[in-house]
Amino acid sequence: MLLQARRFKNILTGVIFVLHTIIKKNSYQDSINLMLLTNSVATMEGLNKVQIMMATPANKDIFKDAGLHTEELEAAESNDMAIVVDSDNADMMDSVLEKVEQYLNDQSISNKKQGFETVRTWDKAVDALPNANVAMISVPGEYAAEEADKALDRGLHVFMFSDNVSVEDELRLKQKAHDKGLLVMGPDCGTGILDGVPLAFANVVNKGRIGLVGASGTGIQEVSTIIDRLGEGVSHAIGTGGRDLKDPIGAITMMDGIRALENHSQTEIITIISKPPAEHVRNEVMELLQSLTKPVVAVFLGEKPEQYEGNVYQAYTLAETAHIAVDLARGNEVKADYNSGDFTVENSSLKEGQKTLKGLYSGGTLASEAAVLISDALGLGTHIKNEEGYVLKHEGQEIVDLGDDKYTQGKPHPMIDPETRSKFIEQAGADETTAVILLDFVLGYGSHDDMASALLPSINKAVAKAKEGGRTLHVVATVCGTKNDPQSYDGHVKQLKEAGVIVKETNNEAVRTALNIVGLHVEDNQKKHVEGTKSAKKFDLSVSEDIALLVSERPRVINVGLKGFTGALSDTGTQFVQYDWRPVAGGNARMAKILSLLK
Amino acid sequence: MNYKSMDEANKAVVDKITGSAPFLVDVVPAKDKIKELNDGKVLLHAGPPIVWNDMTGPMQGSCIGASIYEGWASNEEEAEKQLAGGEVKFIPCHHVNAVGPMGGITSANMPVFVVENRTDGNEAYCIMNEGIGKVLRFGANSQEVIDRLKWMQNVLGPTIAKALTLTEDGLNLNVIIAKAITMGDEFHQRNIAASLIFLKEISPYIVQLDINESDRKDVIQFLADTDQFFLNIMMATAKAVMDGARTIQDGTVVTAMCRNGKDFGIRISGMGDEWFTAPVNTPQGLFFTGYSQDDANPDIGDSAITETFGVGGMAMIAAPGVTRFVGAGGFDDALETSNEMTEICVSQNSNFTIPTWDFQGACLGIDARKVVETGIEPVINTGIAHKKAGMGQVGAGTVRAPKECFEKALEAYAVKLGLI
Repeated sequence: MLLQARRFKNILTGVIFVLHTIIKKNSYQDSINLMLLTNSVATMEGLNKVQIMMATPANKDIFKDAGLHTEELEAAESNDMAIVVDSDNADMMDSVLEKVEQYLNDQSISNKKQGFETVRTWDKAVDALPNANVAMISVPGEYAAEEADKALDRGLHVFMFSDNVSVEDELRLKQKAHDKGLLVMGPDCGTGILDGVPLAFANVVNKGRIGLVGASGTGIQEVSTIIDRLGEGVSHAIGTGGRDLKDPIGAITMMDGIRALENHSQTEIITIISKPPAEHVRNEVMELLQSLTKPVVAVFLGEKPEQYEGNVYQAYTLAETAHIAVDLARGNEVKADYNSGDFTVENSSLKEGQKTLKGLYSGGTLASEAAVLISDALGLGTHIKNEEGYVLKHEGQEIVDLGDDKYTQGKPHPMIDPETRSKFIEQAGADETTAVILLDFVLGYGSHDDMASALLPSINKAVAKAKEGGRTLHVVATVCGTKNDPQSYDGHVKQLKEAGVIVKETNNEAVRTALNIVGLHVEDNQKKHVEGTKSAKKFDLSVSEDIALLVSERPRVINVGLKGFTGALSDTGTQFVQYDWRPVAGGNARMAKILSLLK
Repeated sequence: MNYKSMDEANKAVVDKITGSAPFLVDVVPAKDKIKELNDGKVLLHAGPPIVWNDMTGPMQGSCIGASIYEGWASNEEEAEKQLAGGEVKFIPCHHVNAVGPMGGITSANMPVFVVENRTDGNEAYCIMNEGIGKVLRFGANSQEVIDRLKWMQNVLGPTIAKALTLTEDGLNLNVIIAKAITMGDEFHQRNIAASLIFLKEISPYIVQLDINESDRKDVIQFLADTDQFFLNIMMATAKAVMDGARTIQDGTVVTAMCRNGKDFGIRISGMGDEWFTAPVNTPQGLFFTGYSQDDANPDIGDSAITETFGVGGMAMIAAPGVTRFVGAGGFDDALETSNEMTEICVSQNSNFTIPTWDFQGACLGIDARKVVETGIEPVINTGIAHKKAGMGQVGAGTVRAPKECFEKALEAYAVKLGLI
């Protein structure tokens, strides 16, 4: 190696400058590499200019043009690497050389391999995973129906997380799917589990004998996690979307899902979860359920059942649903009631005027369940309504669904982001009538990594503030999750308990505990078991081959939209391809139309 | 339309591409093949039609060089006066079965490769590669440049032409391309393997020729020194193949992409000879010291015919050696780029399988519909010219074909078919 410094004088400006030349003999690097190296060295301080190139005749001209031509460079040959530096600081050269050597020795570029394929079109998605059978769609609502159509056209079942899909589109898609022997789960389907694979917001639930079909996301999460914690497992949890049992959809997906589980040999118990359906839909679903060969647990949240009919066991709460399913799976006798119990809290002391409950929920169905139970205890019946996210607002008793559209405009869902709930907690704590704050912590894929840590500062603040006012503020919580969830279930419970939060196993227990603190109580029905009324109507219980395969195999997924949903797929070793969806023609309606014509 | 569906039409077009049989058969003065060059002062240029005043520096510099080379002018001022004064007629290379790199300036006496596509019987032409440094295609026009062009006219061109006459039926270019793509060429930024194969094929004939020994040595030395020599053969090949393919006058397959420094132009199979243009982008890349993005001339040259054919930037993954032009990244970025390009293509060309891509074929047939649908613009590997005439190459990098061209083409096609 040759190292030489020479002084030059700019004939125009008279400024003296020093060119340092390093020639690395027979040291070939390609030109791109040397350009990158030049850029990297050029960032060093104390350099005016630098050029690193092979000393070929053509490159020597480039050095000349850059005012970096030296005698040593001229003498170098094509296979020599030439480094010419314009610097006033001669000591620089050691560090330049060091930088060059380090660069050349460390050329492998660190890469973050994803381990799955990302595509931009349906054609490539299907090429990449030819045996895909489920499309998981989480694109903006206005485009969701179109993408669901494309998925159905390709023979794929659809899991539609997207919301803001019109009911007309929902009906059309579900009819189309039904005719093709496919299933549309959703729209606005927050949760699903297919053969142990969590879809969207879902928990890691043990596989087992109980199959769920649910029109409610957190309803499925509550029931499936309780089943898991009771030691049983779930075969599949098929979400239907919240409107499936309403008019005009008429439970198309629910009924196909029920048939799928009826035909799935590993499913021994079928469980359905919904808010109260339209009357005629309810009748039709009940008739179908009565005609099944398998025992069924049904919960229509807001209906307070008085009896079990034939093979259909109707439950009052989500927890009771899980308990009945577990007892049926184990061949145990089903009890007349699983809800009542001792919910007294020791050392609960309330100041005069502290008599209200504030339920601040992230899970919509959990909020509804709380509203049902509190209304029931207040003697207001069990019918629930939703006014601006409040599923109960009666003389200071408040249950709010913070995941309602009202609170999620331009903001992340409260299962992801603690901000809105923190504010509500502090407000509730400042309210002198508040006796109990009721909270849910929903774990699982999609949810915040550590919501307990995120909310505890606000909880502590609210409790401390109340204490300053001479009040004891009770915080009662339930953690909806399993010990295999990405977040730590036990850790959540422990952390909350250590902070003085009363943690209950289920939402039902949490609500009843809160009621107990304010001296309220729910009267439960002791349900008798009566003969079922078999319908005269003959139900076709068969399913299409595609639906039979959907429940008999591990899903193979094209994830259209939110990349975050691939975490659960990767973790469970599920085959999938990520479709980085964008609107057709960038949302240019005219071009989209032309494209649709050029077929 | 002669086909049941657009997909079927596009399939017919790409079948023409895969079924093509390009051979390098001759090197001749451009005027022997392109009759328009015999009609007074005529220059061919790269890209869609353009007038003198709209040409960027490098193309103007090339025009001046070509005027001096042809003996129309004896100096720069004289040449510029003629060019600006409308004495010289400009024709796009593409209009006369030719393609030209960078400025693409081609004049009557410049030797051109003749590539014959035997399946369709058509020919395409491209001038020969001058090497790097001060070269006409980047707008340099000094005496050194003119002297080299004269040598190419008098020695290099005739020597290769004579050597080719000794071959039985020319050089089978599909074979050379298929071999070189497995050796790390993508045929736009990197042609060293193909250039070596060409040298290997041609030198046994050159050594047999009855020519001056010093000329023989000079020719062999020039071929040995010129890593990008095959690029111009590749361009003529791609042009011959794509012209054969566009005898199918239906479908949405892109049959040409080119740039004149001002506009990017494309043709699609269903719209025949019509150009659909949009302002060119400026390439992003790595620059020689002393130069920066500010010095870069907007995108220029017919060399994007290689991407149209499915190589160049479309086959980035074939050339790990130049992957870093994709950006700061490495192999994975190249892989991502090529995978992305498959999203906008009709299929893959099994004639040219790429080992670094798990032996998938090179991209085949850019579908203008897919470009518009996904917004994925074809990527082009390119040299970067200084925006001032005569400064030459200042770097290399990548550039995207503007989406607008593809939108215009589809719109026009929908009108032609009476769909809107």
